[in-house]
Amino acid sequence: MSASLILIVVMAVLYASGIYLMLERSMTRVLVGFLLVGNATNLLILIVAGAQGAAPLVDGETTAGEMSDPLPQALVLTAIVITFAVTAFLLALIYRSWRLSTEGEDDMEDDVDDIAMREGEGGVTAEQLEEIDSDTEFEVPDDFETPQGELSADDLKSGTRGEEKR
Amino acid sequence: MNTLVPLVVLIPLFGAAGALILARHPRLQRLVAIIALSGILAVGIALLVIVDSSGPLAMEVGGWSAPYGIVLVVDRLSALMLVVSAIVLLAVLLFSVGQGLADGDAETPVSIYYPTYLILAAGVSNAFIAGDLFNLYVGFEILLVSSYVLITLGGTEQRIRAGVTYIVVSLVSSMIFLASIAMIYGALGTVNIADISRRMAEIPMDVQIILHVMLLIAFGIKAAVFPLSFWLPDSYPTAPAPVTAVFAGLLTKVGVYSIIRAETVIFPGPELNPVLMVVALFTMVIGVLGAVAQADIKRMLSFTLVSHIGYMILGVALGTPEGTAAATYYIVHHIVVQTTLFLAAGLIERVGGTTSINKLGGLLAVSPAVAALYFLPALNLGGIPPFSGFLGKLALFQAAAEQGGFLAWTLIGAGAFVSLLTLYALIRVWSLAFWRTNDEVDGYEFDLFTPVVDRPGTAKVKKARVIPRLMLTTTAAMVAVGVALTVFAGPLFGISERIGQNLEKSSTYVDIVFPGDSGEAIDD
Repeated sequence: MSASLILIVVMAVLYASGIYLMLERSMTRVLVGFLLVGNATNLLILIVAGAQGAAPLVDGETTAGEMSDPLPQALVLTAIVITFAVTAFLLALIYRSWRLSTEGEDDMEDDVDDIAMREGEGGVTAEQLEEIDSDTEFEVPDDFETPQGELSADDLKSGTRGEEKR
Repeated sequence: MNTLVPLVVLIPLFGAAGALILARHPRLQRLVAIIALSGILAVGIALLVIVDSSGPLAMEVGGWSAPYGIVLVVDRLSALMLVVSAIVLLAVLLFSVGQGLADGDAETPVSIYYPTYLILAAGVSNAFIAGDLFNLYVGFEILLVSSYVLITLGGTEQRIRAGVTYIVVSLVSSMIFLASIAMIYGALGTVNIADISRRMAEIPMDVQIILHVMLLIAFGIKAAVFPLSFWLPDSYPTAPAPVTAVFAGLLTKVGVYSIIRAETVIFPGPELNPVLMVVALFTMVIGVLGAVAQADIKRMLSFTLVSHIGYMILGVALGTPEGTAAATYYIVHHIVVQTTLFLAAGLIERVGGTTSINKLGGLLAVSPAVAALYFLPALNLGGIPPFSGFLGKLALFQAAAEQGGFLAWTLIGAGAFVSLLTLYALIRVWSLAFWRTNDEVDGYEFDLFTPVVDRPGTAKVKKARVIPRLMLTTTAAMVAVGVALTVFAGPLFGISERIGQNLEKSSTYVDIVFPGDSGEAIDD
């Protein structure tokens, strides 16, 4: 089996830069990284197909040995379609993430539960109440009266304790 | 008989199309979804009966003969997986219908929920019947893409954050899988699993090991095997309860199923079995230690999920028919029980308003039904006799003891210890959330357990406190299925043992696809 050195080098560069980008915190870079890795993988499939040859049509003139292998091309085509669909979804996700983010960034955020665990608090602090509320399937209504009167519904939503406000 | 095989993929795909067209008619949409999944269940049961009595089926799609065309294979393992996954998919669908009806469908964009869910079902079924690696990859992609949609359903900040972790990790694993398919094609010139199996001996051992490791990493990420399991507890708990339930029950098991296929058919040699055993050990122990530390029920359950994947890997790593049989039984048990527990967590969330055990209390008095529906599967997962969790672990330990050796005995010890810690984590939830009274809850902030009518609040909150009957019934049905696994453990383990024997030699699988010429190299 002979393979094109240029293709192999291009594939290696695509893989390297793609993986580097995927390790970034910014979602857009992760997306670009994913695209590069995806195309590197497509190139890999093409490389394993061997040297290029005639179109694989049984016309009685070209022999099987002269034809290029059609299966990897079919595989690449499928992979491209899948990558395309996932890219479209990722773009929508990034847009949504950017809309939700207050600082206008699309960075990955830390996990509140992980931070709570690291700080040795299995329990819940006021800052995390908001996060936990958004976990649940229903919300605390604005006029919801808390029994002890220590925390009002507004405090729960804004994530601050009543004392801090006063 | 072969015509039944593609139905398990076609029915949900057409169901999804129908459900999408009926987006404006929620009632019809639900009906289509329920009919489609009942259809898969019926076909799955028919396939299991046929395959178990009269041998495996292989269907060449489009009439192209293997290895040139795509081949769909249903043997006992595939058929059993199809049946169990259909049961779980149907139960979770009914649960979410119940939840959706109660919430007035305001929280979730329900018009895409059912079509996406059906496509997920199609992907899972496709992965189970795939006879070539690339089709397995496509099956994975179908189920993953629909799972991306389901995990970010509603697009809240939490779900987007958790979804991004899940999606990026899944993308990486898909790319590794695709690259390993490419390398296998480069080495062997085929992607047909049976063809790969009979040609694998032709290539040098070092190349085999590289391909083997690549495939195992790809499947290991999907199955959440340590050290590739970090993503799971971060991403699963934030999704809606039914979505988490079906993900926990099925998606990781598709990964485990693929590992079984890889270990028994593609690379039947024992080279990497010790590595798998060590991985199983760490998966079990690290997973359960995470579970013990968690204060949130859903997160705790996600960690136990990781931990129990270790048991299945142990069964596979033994490389004996007994080990594979025990792993199969354990997969069936775990799919059912883990899904039930996540459904129960959904009920807890509905009654208590949260899944944090630091804030819950007195649930036993408020809702004895939910308490019972949590308690039974919790004991089951913890491995209390006579439940199926105990039987599965016993079978695994027996298989490991028969093989003997230092690693096997270490794993038996670790398995028993992990089972105990699982029980501890589950019972801690029981005693904190259910058994203690409201007064004992430190810093008790929400008065969630008094009757709702006394509270000023919106109609939505009032509704949320009442558990819809359909949700309760479905969870109860899943608990019943879990108990049935114990009652009918004999026949079920019979099937598992036959599966183990089928998978003992890779030539059995090759014979299904290429009748009569197993073990000999082909010339073309």
